[in-house]
Amino acid sequence: MRKIIALFAILLVFSCSQEKQSVTRIEGKRININDSIAADQNIEAFIKPFRERIEEDMNKVLSYAPKDMHKNDGELESTIGNLMADLIKSQSEPIYKKRTGKSIDICLLNHGGIRAPIPKGPIKTQTAFNVMPFENSIVVVELTTENVRNLIDYLASAKRAHPISGLTLKVDQDFTVKEALINGKPIEEGKTYTVVTSDYLQNGGDRMNFFKDPVSLEILDYKIRNAMIDYFKGVDTIPAVLDNRFIQQ
Amino acid sequence: MKRRDFIQQSLAASTFVTLGGLSLQSFTASSAKKHITILHTNDVHSHIDPFDASHPRNPNQGGAARRATLIESIRKENPNTLVLDAGDIFQGTPYFNYYGGELEFKLMSMMKYDLATIGNHDFDNGVDGLAAQLPHANFEFVSANYDFTNTSMEGHVKPYKIFVKDGIKIGVFGLGIKLDGLVDKRMYKETVYNDPMESAQDMSRILKEEEKCDLVICLSHLGYHYSKHPERISDLIIAKETQNIDLIIGGHTHTFLPKPTIEKNSKGESVLVNQVGAYGIYLGRIDFYFDDEKNVIANGKSIIV
Repeated sequence: MRKIIALFAILLVFSCSQEKQSVTRIEGKRININDSIAADQNIEAFIKPFRERIEEDMNKVLSYAPKDMHKNDGELESTIGNLMADLIKSQSEPIYKKRTGKSIDICLLNHGGIRAPIPKGPIKTQTAFNVMPFENSIVVVELTTENVRNLIDYLASAKRAHPISGLTLKVDQDFTVKEALINGKPIEEGKTYTVVTSDYLQNGGDRMNFFKDPVSLEILDYKIRNAMIDYFKGVDTIPAVLDNRFIQQ
Repeated sequence: MKRRDFIQQSLAASTFVTLGGLSLQSFTASSAKKHITILHTNDVHSHIDPFDASHPRNPNQGGAARRATLIESIRKENPNTLVLDAGDIFQGTPYFNYYGGELEFKLMSMMKYDLATIGNHDFDNGVDGLAAQLPHANFEFVSANYDFTNTSMEGHVKPYKIFVKDGIKIGVFGLGIKLDGLVDKRMYKETVYNDPMESAQDMSRILKEEEKCDLVICLSHLGYHYSKHPERISDLIIAKETQNIDLIIGGHTHTFLPKPTIEKNSKGESVLVNQVGAYGIYLGRIDFYFDDEKNVIANGKSIIV
């Protein structure tokens, strides 16, 4: 009898191992990764040279900010916005001119694209990464006067300090455009104007649809952040000014 | 042959006691024959170093070297472990800006990640920038609804991958988010986005019925759920409108789920949906215990979260 039971048991085990497996129990949770877990020393040692190279670069002092600059320190303009629009225009101008023979009339960026303020004091590489963490790249579009007017209407109805350069705007209490000058001159019908902006905005970001079908498009292969770093390297103290380029009267 | 599911939700797994009385007493982890552990991350976004102690929201949280320790200790506990990532490995710290994703892939390889899917930010240096980093990855990529034909990623991404651990067949397929409007066309180039619901239905059928997988896992970068656009395709919709998927590991929406969500699929069976926020602050852990099918039919299945 015992033999039979033993045989039966063996057969049972054997047949079980052939049985299809199915999920009987599931347990799910998350585990917090914090300083209670020791760092793996191999991984840590592997990261170290990469980290040190970045830190060395990030801590390099490139220029100096005379005061705190942030994107809401004016009404329809800001010190940091003016700086950004002016530097993108000036850094892009020689590249665009060399490639096309044309000059850049206007720069337009977006208020939301300024991701951090520039604090008073030394400007480091890290500052450029804080202000512009994205990989956005510079493009120049040529627009019809109709689309330039759409651009101006957009700015007037947005009522925000979108960074501009080369363009001065006056709106009344109802945000109706009273005066729009490009490099100090009124807009000429039938002429095209060149606008430098980011690839993100040119592709319809922030609903800037007037950029979508330009007369011409030039991709500079120049990242906004790199333009900032190059600019900072060339100036001792950056300008932090409001100059009434976009005002309500 | 409808299986019974016993679901007990509690924050601490240790509070699990019994699942419906004495008849199930013998039916616990010790009697289960096989055990598969799935570990997962999503939206790590190049967060290799832990957040500073002074960080306002996440002080001392995360860190790749700590994650490596944790994964290794779980692997020691259960060698039948898979480590998966649901995309957006790239972009978020200067490590990406400087090295283009090289370090992210190298570290994931050192941690022995098994598989990843592709997030929208993984296109941030273009489809070519992603392809350029592939030599640094010892793990593979899956996406069932991105077609990379005529791009530099062609031939490098499979719709699914099957792993066999302790005789258990685990099929994992990937799903990616709509690129148009989210990623610059100049970045994703000729990559084609196909309907993720159709892909999910095809994949779950192929993996369950043709490949006879014991476990089907969807690695998704679609997003957990869109409360302002509830009709938009998401992990919860995939869970509800498909069958044969056991687990959906998600990303994109940076949803910090305190515990996995249990949804009912189109056949009324339970599907787990999990997402662990972002930046490598959490590691998701799902343990599957197996037994002979007849025992499971007789005694049911329990889910403890």
